[in-house]
Amino acid sequence: MEIKKDLFSPLKAWKYAFKTPVSFPMEDIKDRPRESQDNARGFHINDLSKCIGCGACAEICPTEAIVMVKRKDLEEKEGEHPERPTMDYGRCCFCAMCVDICTSGSLKMSKAYVLNTPDPQKLYVMPEESFPAPGGDILGYDKTPESDLLDLKRAEMPAVAGAQAKKSFVEILKGYSMEQARAEAARCIGCEICVKTCPANMHIPEYIDAVWQGDLAEGLAQMYKTNPLPGICGSICTHKCETVCAIGKRGEPVAIRWLKRYIVDNAPEAMYEEVLMAPVSKPGQGRVAVVGGGAAGLSASYYLRTMGYQVDLYEAKPLVGGVARYGVPAYRLPDERLNKDVELLEKIGVKFLVNTKVGQDITLDALHDQYDAVFLASGLPQSRALKLENGDHPDVRYAMPFLAAARDYQRGAGEMPDVAEKAVVIGGGNVAFDVARTILRLQQKKYGHSHVSLVSLETRDILPADLEEIEEGEAEGLHCHCGFGPQGIELFQGKIRGLNTVKCLSVFDEQRNFCPVFDPEQKGMIEGSQVYVAVGQMNEHTYFTPEHLERIALKGGKVQVDDWGQVKGAPWLFAGGDIVHGPDMIHGIADGHKAARGIDVYLQSRSETA
Amino acid sequence: MSEVKLFFGPQHPGMHGNASVHLYVEGDTVKKARLVPGMLHRGFEKSMENHTWMGNVALIPRVCVAEPDINEMVFAQGVEAIAEIDIPERAHYIRMIIMEMTRILAHMMSLGAISSPTGLYTVNHWMQADRNDMMDIFEEITGHRVYHMYIVPGGVRRELPPGIEKRILDYFTEFERRIPEYQALVFENPTILARLKDNILLPAEVVWELGVTGIGMRSAVGKPYDVRKVTPYARYDQVEFEVPVATYSDAYTRSIFKVIEIKESIRIIRQAFDMMPDGKVNVKMAAGNALKWTVPKGQTYSAVESARGEFGYYIVSDGKTQPYRIAVRGASFPQGFLGVERYMPGVRLDDAPLWYDTMGVCTPEIDR
Repeated sequence: MEIKKDLFSPLKAWKYAFKTPVSFPMEDIKDRPRESQDNARGFHINDLSKCIGCGACAEICPTEAIVMVKRKDLEEKEGEHPERPTMDYGRCCFCAMCVDICTSGSLKMSKAYVLNTPDPQKLYVMPEESFPAPGGDILGYDKTPESDLLDLKRAEMPAVAGAQAKKSFVEILKGYSMEQARAEAARCIGCEICVKTCPANMHIPEYIDAVWQGDLAEGLAQMYKTNPLPGICGSICTHKCETVCAIGKRGEPVAIRWLKRYIVDNAPEAMYEEVLMAPVSKPGQGRVAVVGGGAAGLSASYYLRTMGYQVDLYEAKPLVGGVARYGVPAYRLPDERLNKDVELLEKIGVKFLVNTKVGQDITLDALHDQYDAVFLASGLPQSRALKLENGDHPDVRYAMPFLAAARDYQRGAGEMPDVAEKAVVIGGGNVAFDVARTILRLQQKKYGHSHVSLVSLETRDILPADLEEIEEGEAEGLHCHCGFGPQGIELFQGKIRGLNTVKCLSVFDEQRNFCPVFDPEQKGMIEGSQVYVAVGQMNEHTYFTPEHLERIALKGGKVQVDDWGQVKGAPWLFAGGDIVHGPDMIHGIADGHKAARGIDVYLQSRSETA
Repeated sequence: MSEVKLFFGPQHPGMHGNASVHLYVEGDTVKKARLVPGMLHRGFEKSMENHTWMGNVALIPRVCVAEPDINEMVFAQGVEAIAEIDIPERAHYIRMIIMEMTRILAHMMSLGAISSPTGLYTVNHWMQADRNDMMDIFEEITGHRVYHMYIVPGGVRRELPPGIEKRILDYFTEFERRIPEYQALVFENPTILARLKDNILLPAEVVWELGVTGIGMRSAVGKPYDVRKVTPYARYDQVEFEVPVATYSDAYTRSIFKVIEIKESIRIIRQAFDMMPDGKVNVKMAAGNALKWTVPKGQTYSAVESARGEFGYYIVSDGKTQPYRIAVRGASFPQGFLGVERYMPGVRLDDAPLWYDTMGVCTPEIDR
């Protein structure tokens, strides 16, 4: 039997002669190259217009195959680097981690993974929309939500709930704990796109990294290099950095502002002194007067003082701080954090001359005589007027004086402003929301209930105010009437009955100029016995004499200066902040820093020529 | 008769990977064998210290080319143990499927490797053809054929593609139909049997002396020492499978065990697909993005059952973004390093590649 089986078994092999062979003939491989599977990790493809050059791919690449290369045809613009990734396929291991971490989602992989070439240069490429190899235009591997290597969700910020929040002026956001701050800091990829956009060019990745490492002293030092008011900025900065944050392309941007606040809140006083009170190596010679104790003035004072100049800061109000002190309500920026910033300035020897209004108590020319240079940053202390029917009624209030009075009340330095049971606020910016939410709190205190309506030309999606302001305001019970224009104030027996409105169809014309179009058919009235106007701020150039104005150029009320803040026509005078760039805190801080350097150069060149 | 020195590898069809053995031969018999490692040495263990925890996922599969997923699995398990991460249930089952598929791949490779020393290349062609189809499946799941980089700390990298269950199960139905053909080709083939039966013995004493694990140990000492049974990882305690044992270990036993293990692996995969729940496939290993993932201070030994035996990593973390130290216990280190020098002498010259293959040696595990 065995013999028989052995004898016939070779015949079994014959059946394979009629089967398809398991191996492929060479012709097949040449003519019909195998097609890869749907998910294949092949050569990269990159949508160059979508790519922002953040370099996260190069950062994570385990084989260092990716190098970011500057492209000459791309301009330096906000929100991206003019760089794009190049791949060295001699090193690449096709792990696709670059795809999984890509912030913009532009980098993907094609189905092509066969490329035979005698030219090694062809294996060092900048990926574009398709790869020059068979299958190079078909999408292979792309990331899925599970494989994403970024953390798209913010660490949650503890906050007081809306209904509770409007009962007091206690700060709403409670601030990060150490765990939360470190988790949030770990989301940053360090691409530095934010640095370019920040007016002060703050060293953002560096201090975020310091938070992540748990090194608050380093974080503090990094912040003060470009911004001496991190406490103010940590609360109320307009955070242009977060708008352009690479993580924000697909998820929630890194909470840069809150991380800054975390450092300020948690760095002890001793650390401030240790890190920031270093002696000046080569003190500057000269005396500088700073006009205005707002963000720009404080910033300039800090940097001038750290360069060794004698700095006298003139402030019209009893306390320095500007808008941060007399505008922003305490639930957004409490005095304690503001004081922390200001106290350091006092410690390093900046002299505050409060209750001294330049132009009234002392003239600008007197300052010119007494000091070597003057930095002008008087800000926009006045509210812009609004022409309305019956607009001169005493119950029509303006934002800036009201906020200042309310803020004085909050710190116990003034009477409670009289608010009516029902009020209407006109405006759609952050100031309007500050006014509205302050009234809410005052009404709550006075009457136990609140009713505030906010009327804005812009619809909710294009409101200039920050989204968090809108959301928090609505949570507190603010009635927003977005997309309506104020027409006039209706009176009844000498008292305000309400605000007549008309539907606003569009706010801007095609050239993005302010040109509201109304629909006269859609009219309405919003009830309220007080009307608050918050439609912008105005400067108050009372210190300029006619002789000054002959030499100094003003354009739309804004002082014209060069790159370093030097006023055209008056070399001894520097200006910055809101009177130059319009209302913005961080711009003011940047202006102060620039002007300090400008003044330093000016004074040194003057002493050399003298 | 004078002694002749012969180089077996690194360029040799019977050699697994880029190792070299210097054989001192008298007549037909190997008198002395000297392993020359270092052909493949890229300093994996040191490199791991210079890669981030996630970056390591791209590096470690290279420690064993034929069976890369075991590295990903031990690494992921170890990191999860130190960081005390609980991964989703579904991820356990996906991992088990991947692990068993890769075991089958590795067994196919080593069965195919019988072909070159025995002169029957058909075995290799058939095995490679089946491996090719399986690697296509891997490509669809993970994106790559050889280095999958799929099992990551926290689970697996992405969800299984739709329809993959049917593709895998169809593949195995077809593959099972062919197993009798393979058995006829290899294990009923007198020319191969003559080379395998009662040849290249592995006595129990040698197992204890060297510390051989896996098929080598189970076939020699009759004890079912299998990491999947002894300290079950993933969800191996939830599925049923047999571990074959024997007390006489020749090349034939060790080879036929691979066929039995392939069948058991298919059984595990079928059960895993039945039991697999829906849900998430991974959790984030740490807060933030992958560049800043850290693992808390700690150390652990993590092991899995590879196709060649117990495969383990000793991982030490000092709380930073990169491991402080990782040491690899290669499954084939005992037999592939000491065993070659001590027990290869005595075999016939033409059996040297068979010795290397059936003992279960994967060179990169030694050169790491």
